Amino acid sequence: MPVTVSMTVNGKAVSGEVEPRTLLVQFIRENLKLTGTHVGCDTSQCGACVVHIDGTSVKSCTVLAMQAEGSEVNTIESLATNDELHPMQAAFRENHGLQCGFCTPGMVMSAVDLVKENPDPSEQEIREWLEGNICRCTGYHNIVKSIKAGAEAMRS
Amino acid sequence: MYEFDYQRPASLADAVSALQSAEDGQLLAGGHTLLPTLKQRLARPSDLIDISSIGELRGIAVDGDTITVGATTTHAEVEGSEAVRSAIPALADLAGMIGDPQVRHRGTIGGSIANNDPAADYPGAVLGLGATVVTNKREITADDFFLGLFETALAEDEIITAVRFSKPEKACYMKFAQPASRFSLVGAFVAKTSGGVRVAVTGAGQEGVFRVTEMEAALDANFSADAIANIAVPDDNLNSDIHGSAEYRAHLIGVMAKRAIAGCG
Ligand SMILES: Cc1cc2nc3c(=O)[nH]c(=O)nc-3n(C[C@H](O)[C@H](O)[C@H](O)COP(=O)(O)OP(=O)(O)OC[C@H]3O[C@@H](n4cnc5c(N)ncnc54)[C@H](O)[C@@H]3O)c2cc1C
Ligand code: FES
Ligand code: FES
Repeated sequence: MPVTVSMTVNGKAVSGEVEPRTLLVQFIRENLKLTGTHVGCDTSQCGACVVHIDGTSVKSCTVLAMQAEGSEVNTIESLATNDELHPMQAAFRENHGLQCGFCTPGMVMSAVDLVKENPDPSEQEIREWLEGNICRCTGYHNIVKSIKAGAEAMRS
Repeated sequence: MYEFDYQRPASLADAVSALQSAEDGQLLAGGHTLLPTLKQRLARPSDLIDISSIGELRGIAVDGDTITVGATTTHAEVEGSEAVRSAIPALADLAGMIGDPQVRHRGTIGGSIANNDPAADYPGAVLGLGATVVTNKREITADDFFLGLFETALAEDEIITAVRFSKPEKACYMKFAQPASRFSLVGAFVAKTSGGVRVAVTGAGQEGVFRVTEMEAALDANFSADAIANIAVPDDNLNSDIHGSAEYRAHLIGVMAKRAIAGCG
């Protein structure tokens, strides 16, 4: 039985018909056509699907759309303003923090949440924070570098 | 996932009646165990009853030496709580070792202990600290709560409302993480409480979390790593898999317990 779900996504009130078993990531990608949020594993491991619910990073493949009813959801599409990249996105570009780019939306959303909690994270803290974000390409080194640079840019 | 109906009751009383009237209702807290299970079609509940927005189930309260953690309090909230960190730092540390930041933002203490995964971390703290599990029906001591692999004393329509901890004299949790999943391969929780020393081991036992009474007795007499140096835990009821044999886990129990004693300072 379809149900109606309503929430705010990237500052816009949205609603849609879903099944109760519809995942938040499906709602975002398939109903709202916001395909920046990726599904890497669908088993809660990889973090490609990270979005923010009420300001906190979560894996949207492990949240039902109905669980986000009434919440403020922000996806990777919320970050750039007009044509200008968010400082964290710009830092990933400048520091070669991506290769294929599949993990990048989740990495960036996770990183933005880290910097909110910890404006000047150490390399160790960044590496620990990325426990739930898997990258098959980069070896993480440049991702860590990007997040350090992004944090610095966000502070200034 | 098979189909189900979704309900989000606003109060504990409504959650209880939803659970009682559903054909095969199941509680949903953080969903970080249940949703992966449903994706694998290992369960087929008729209704998911989301208790995450019931205010009375969430939050941390301090009353003297007693800390009460609401069932739907997330791992991140426990990790970040100044109250928990100052009363029972080992509990805040343990919450911070669970999964990754995104898992900790959603997963809850109630969901973790209701599930009683043999490799989960919270059962170690709840049994190691001799905590009390509070439900909508009664209070259950940790010793009576964990009954075996994914088994607890909870009745079908029983909801954990909170877990009550008494501040120990000292406590420490040491986790040897399974390299891929980061769940505990072996975790040892050692606490010096007013009722004596308690040693709880998670990750290793086939029947889930258990106490090592021989170590407890030795530590009651002499609280030092040396006191348990010669205590070998038998490996007959321990898990054995590609990540570690029962013999290896038995050895790790001693190592982790000694590290936890050292960590008690
Ligand atoms: C990638 C990943 C890594 C993880 N790593 C770890 C780890 O290292 N260590 C660890 O310990 N755990 C780990 N977990 C598990 C995580 O901590 C879960 O969130 C937790 O075990 C379950 O809590 P939940 O709130 O998500 O419960 P849910 O998934 O919502 O529910 C789990 C079960 O408990 C029942 N339940 C929930 N709340 C109550 C209640 N109040 N009363 C009665 N029954 C209830 C539900 O009906 C269900 O059967 C990991 C999970 C993931 C996805
Ligand atoms: S797709 Fe959600 S964690 Fe991998
Ligand atoms: S850049 Fe390819 S997975 Fe990370």
